[in-house]
Amino acid sequence: MRSWLNRDALLQAIVLLAVVAGMVWLVGNVQSNLERQNINSGFGFLSERAGFGINQTLIDYTEDDSFGRVVVVGLLNTLLVSVLGIFFATLLGFSLGVARLSRNWLISKIAMVYIEIFRNVPLLLQIMFWYFGVLRNLPSPRQALSIGEAMFVSNRGVVVPWLEAGAGAVWYGVAFAGVLAGGFWLRRRALKMKLNTGQASRVWRPLALLTLALFAVAALLAGVPFTLDVPYLKGFNFRGGLTVIPEFVALLLALSLYTAAFIAEIVRAGINAVDKGQREASAALGLPESLALRLVVIPQALRVIIPPLTSQYLNLTKNSSLAVAIAYPDIVSVLAGTTLSQVGQAVEIIFVTMMIYLSLSLLTSWAMNRYNQRMALVGNAS
Amino acid sequence: MQMFRQIFLCFGLLVMATLTVSSTAHATGQTLELVQKRGHLKCGVSQGLPGFSTPDDRGSWTGIDVDFCKAMAAAIFNDASKVKFTPLSAKERFTAIQSGEVDIIARNTTWSMHRDTALGVDFPVINYYDGQGFMVRRDLGIKSALELDGATLCTNQGTTTELNAADYFRSNAMQYEIVAFEKADESVAAYNSGRCDAYTTDHSALYAQKLKLTDPKAHIVLPEVISKEPLGPLVRQGDSAWNDLVRWTHYASLTAEELGVTSKNLKKMSRSSNPAIRRLFGLDGSFGANLGLSKQWAVQIIGSVGNYGEIFERNLGVKTPLGIKRGANALWTQGGLQYAPPIR
Ligand SMILES: N[C@@H](CCC(=O)N[C@@H](CS)C(=O)NCC(=O)O)C(=O)O
Repeated sequence: MRSWLNRDALLQAIVLLAVVAGMVWLVGNVQSNLERQNINSGFGFLSERAGFGINQTLIDYTEDDSFGRVVVVGLLNTLLVSVLGIFFATLLGFSLGVARLSRNWLISKIAMVYIEIFRNVPLLLQIMFWYFGVLRNLPSPRQALSIGEAMFVSNRGVVVPWLEAGAGAVWYGVAFAGVLAGGFWLRRRALKMKLNTGQASRVWRPLALLTLALFAVAALLAGVPFTLDVPYLKGFNFRGGLTVIPEFVALLLALSLYTAAFIAEIVRAGINAVDKGQREASAALGLPESLALRLVVIPQALRVIIPPLTSQYLNLTKNSSLAVAIAYPDIVSVLAGTTLSQVGQAVEIIFVTMMIYLSLSLLTSWAMNRYNQRMALVGNAS
Repeated sequence: MQMFRQIFLCFGLLVMATLTVSSTAHATGQTLELVQKRGHLKCGVSQGLPGFSTPDDRGSWTGIDVDFCKAMAAAIFNDASKVKFTPLSAKERFTAIQSGEVDIIARNTTWSMHRDTALGVDFPVINYYDGQGFMVRRDLGIKSALELDGATLCTNQGTTTELNAADYFRSNAMQYEIVAFEKADESVAAYNSGRCDAYTTDHSALYAQKLKLTDPKAHIVLPEVISKEPLGPLVRQGDSAWNDLVRWTHYASLTAEELGVTSKNLKKMSRSSNPAIRRLFGLDGSFGANLGLSKQWAVQIIGSVGNYGEIFERNLGVKTPLGIKRGANALWTQGGLQYAPPIR
């Protein structure tokens, strides 16, 4: 037995060595061939000046920043639209999935029609539809729809007032983190106490006190480092405030509505997979239907739902790369698009782009697997 | 979808770069031989820019860049139809030529130093002298690009346009927001629906894209020319024979115009005793053979697409919807920049 094991290990080591050697040879060969063709290679471009503008940046960015920073700007934009997309798609998808199984004929049919439409129209078309369809019907900035002269809707997007944070704002951040941590701790303590002694302990009152105290300290340390930045019309466009660009809105809308249709079907299948007896038993215990769904059926359905749900999350993230069609500056648009054609190093740039998507996918899968394990454990314990 | 195409092109490049072991494979002049063996020229063009390269309802391509590739095919095969056109977006074009998907790109592409020296491509010649400009709605009441402070600009990704706009606004201390689309049609559509105050690209393309707007008359092109955009065909670096062929295809059509040779008077001109005309027609000297072509190469070009003046007027000139004057693209003898070295 033992000698077999050793032979296996040896074999694996040889294969690994061969693979690594092959990779090294390939990389070297690519490099020398690109060189012979006089095509630049390597990653030196990441520190060069980018020189182009981007119309949505979550961190400070100007044309003087490097291509490396462009990668971060693009990645954050991808994350923003993906995370919010996943949030809204899940919310809508679960509601639709439940509605689809409703005993109310009308509600169930409405959900069905929705699912069939949004699942079967190509996503790119839906993105174009929301973008151009909505854009075409919005007024120019000078005729913008105004809400209380502070919020404006026009074909340049939605502009809202924004809190401009000064230097001392970190202290408020610290205070906020403190409140969160305190909240978690209080909740845990309350749960423990309930389990051990059956007594309820106070949560809300101490939390409110903690919040007040922490923010008071922050105010003492930093004063009020916030100024309200209200948008106003100047020349062509609004200045100040926070602008939500139409490209973002259209992409988020399309991704959420499209993915929700798939999630709805997954949720429906998941609920159907839970034994009917569970519902009947809940009814026999006198649980109203909505509570039975929330406390008995869905927790069990989740075990069936989570794996396919994960792949929907991955799909949504990858589909966000269709952004490029409507000029939303996601990672594909700014890196595999503008940067690629300004720098010209296709091999390196596509490689970086693929690695970024791979990491995002692996991260999402990992997080969802952890969640799935937790759900499974809870199920076994009960 | 575009992403897949990009990955596909890049994969082609990677395969080529990985598996080429012999060091001579790409360096020597093989393109002409390759094209002749294949029986047609593979030419990269735009996805649709009136006057330069645009497919009509029957799917056949027209435009000055299209005519450039047709002229090449006429010179090589004595048959201008032996071209396969591949539409490429601005950001795909360089990968497409690097990976060998096309033999030549004639796609309103600016010759810049970075592209020439870092991308493994060569720009043999300039077939259209251009410069970047802006188009705005007439009712904005703007007369100059310097009044564009705070404006939103629609344009195309991966172009010199994107960079020039950034430079121009910054050096004039003006603010701007840029919305950069992958495809030209979408950026025009977005401008058309009011997403942007201005649409910016090469001047020639402004006139071309204007035709796609709902009401072309409601828009004006501002007078400023903010950059130099020498547009020309490009090829892979390292094949100087192929370079020569591209260069002299353009020069043959310029020389013909200079000498008054057109597609209509070829027969009459072939009897001319003017030595310059006799050389162009391949009656004296061995110019064609030196290019690896037949004696008649220039006649074949002019017979099928005409001289440069004819090509210009047919695709861009004042009688077309674009209505562009010769301007900088007039012959040097008429005060323009188009100048061919002598055929001798
Ligand atoms: N000359 C510039 C701009 C070329 C360019 O791609 N312009 C766009 C905007 S007019 C275009 O031709 N689009 C047509 C297409 O995408 O097919 C360059 O070489 O970067």
